[in-house]
Amino acid sequence: MIMSRTLLVVFGMLFCAAAQADVDKHARNLAASCSACHGTGGNSEGGMPVLAGLDKVLFVNQMKDFKSGARPATVMHQHAKGYTDEEFELLADFFSAQKRH
Amino acid sequence: MSFSRRDFLKASAAGIAIGAFPGLAFASSELIKKKGQRVVVVGGGFGGATAAKYIRKWSNNKIEVVLIERNPMFISCPMSNTVLGGGRTIDDLTMSYDELKKKYGIKLIKGEVTAIDPEKQTVMLASGHLKYDRLIVSPGVDFMYDKVEGLNESVANISITHAWKAGAQTVLLRKQLESMPDGGVFAISIPKGPYRCPPGPYERACQVAHYFKENKPKSKVLVLDANPDIVSKKGLFMAAWKELYPDMVEYRPNALVTKVDVASKIAKTEFDDVKADVLNVIPPMKAGAVADMAGLANVDGRWCGVDFLTYESKVHKGIHVIGDAVSAALPKSGHMATSQAKVCAAAVIELMQGKQPDQNPTIANTCYSMVSGNEAVHVANVYRFNAEKQAMISAEGGGVSAKRSELEGAFAGYWLKNILNDVLL
Repeated sequence: MIMSRTLLVVFGMLFCAAAQADVDKHARNLAASCSACHGTGGNSEGGMPVLAGLDKVLFVNQMKDFKSGARPATVMHQHAKGYTDEEFELLADFFSAQKRH
Repeated sequence: MSFSRRDFLKASAAGIAIGAFPGLAFASSELIKKKGQRVVVVGGGFGGATAAKYIRKWSNNKIEVVLIERNPMFISCPMSNTVLGGGRTIDDLTMSYDELKKKYGIKLIKGEVTAIDPEKQTVMLASGHLKYDRLIVSPGVDFMYDKVEGLNESVANISITHAWKAGAQTVLLRKQLESMPDGGVFAISIPKGPYRCPPGPYERACQVAHYFKENKPKSKVLVLDANPDIVSKKGLFMAAWKELYPDMVEYRPNALVTKVDVASKIAKTEFDDVKADVLNVIPPMKAGAVADMAGLANVDGRWCGVDFLTYESKVHKGIHVIGDAVSAALPKSGHMATSQAKVCAAAVIELMQGKQPDQNPTIANTCYSMVSGNEAVHVANVYRFNAEKQAMISAEGGGVSAKRSELEGAFAGYWLKNILNDVLL
């Protein structure tokens, strides 16, 4: 009984790790499309802002402000409307974890 | 029941074809011996080079990648219209494949694929063959010259260019504009959609007009559009033509060019004959020839149908198609090709590791057009996978610039720098 409970916990942990990996990969995949303008991993070579290492709260707030129109933009208000608030969080997770070059 | 000589020839020809094909694989040399898991990528443009790089990167170099490309250098088609305007040279748009080899360990083979055997998972080249576990085909577009009487590849290379793949024809077209007398006519013919880079022809009209305005102000730009209206960024292009190049650009809708006279530089439409000093005819397009080698172009015989979770062909398992060759409600742009390439790369790795690919691919497109020497306009959109429709659908909020600006002109330059780095460095 104790054994099986331990096993259950182990399986549970494995499952969570796998689910977490999928979330991370989905975030990575979402963010990959941004690199045309913002550089690989958010390390822009100039012009567009560097997103690598950007604070999560700041990232999400900026995206919400683009979406609402509170922050004016040339392009980003249009992109921001295409993503959900959950996706803002995923993108923030990904970019905040990237090393700045 | 007589068996004619013709039937015999047909049968034996078929026999030879069936018999010789697998034989070739064994007779020719295996170019790089396949040991572990391998992906072969055919075509090193925006799509193919990105797929190759990201498979290495995201598989932690566990999957071997062989990239086959016929050109020695990468030349960016995006922003190549600025070569005509004078803002850039073709060298500014040319990059090496060396970093893909050095930094990511991609094996680069310079050559052309001559056949694909989906059953034997083998790609043939003149120099030998390669085996693969999965094949990614990123063939770009080919031109349907037969739709324009009098036009063919050699005419395009020396006289009536399309310049719709950046390179020698782009340089030739610029030279033709330079040698044209002031007061001359430049005519551009736009094919019916879908074609590569929807706003590209209208951007080109702007860039040529920009060159004329500075150098040959009495000259004209004539836009012969086979489509009933301007396909992309209409208001922005019309404003640019009217405000920046008044009385210089003339736009004619529903002007399908069906014939050209090479010697006299005349383009014939249903309605009239148009004589130009410099004639630039962009023929209708279809998926690049490599797609035909495995019968991948299953949509109208022109474009390749794919599963949008993996970009796996609807025709053959194990073969993926990305970029302009894909049949989709997505713009045929460089940014889209790289985004498709990354979805495909991620999915290919998952499939090769026996896992499920991402079920919610969501990708963005930003496409800038230079309307003068320093001002640009854009179109931007997010696209997400719709499981019910099994298609990529435009998300909320996409759109174009409020107006042309120098700020966006600067962003266009940085877009090019960042995307080229993302593809090749």
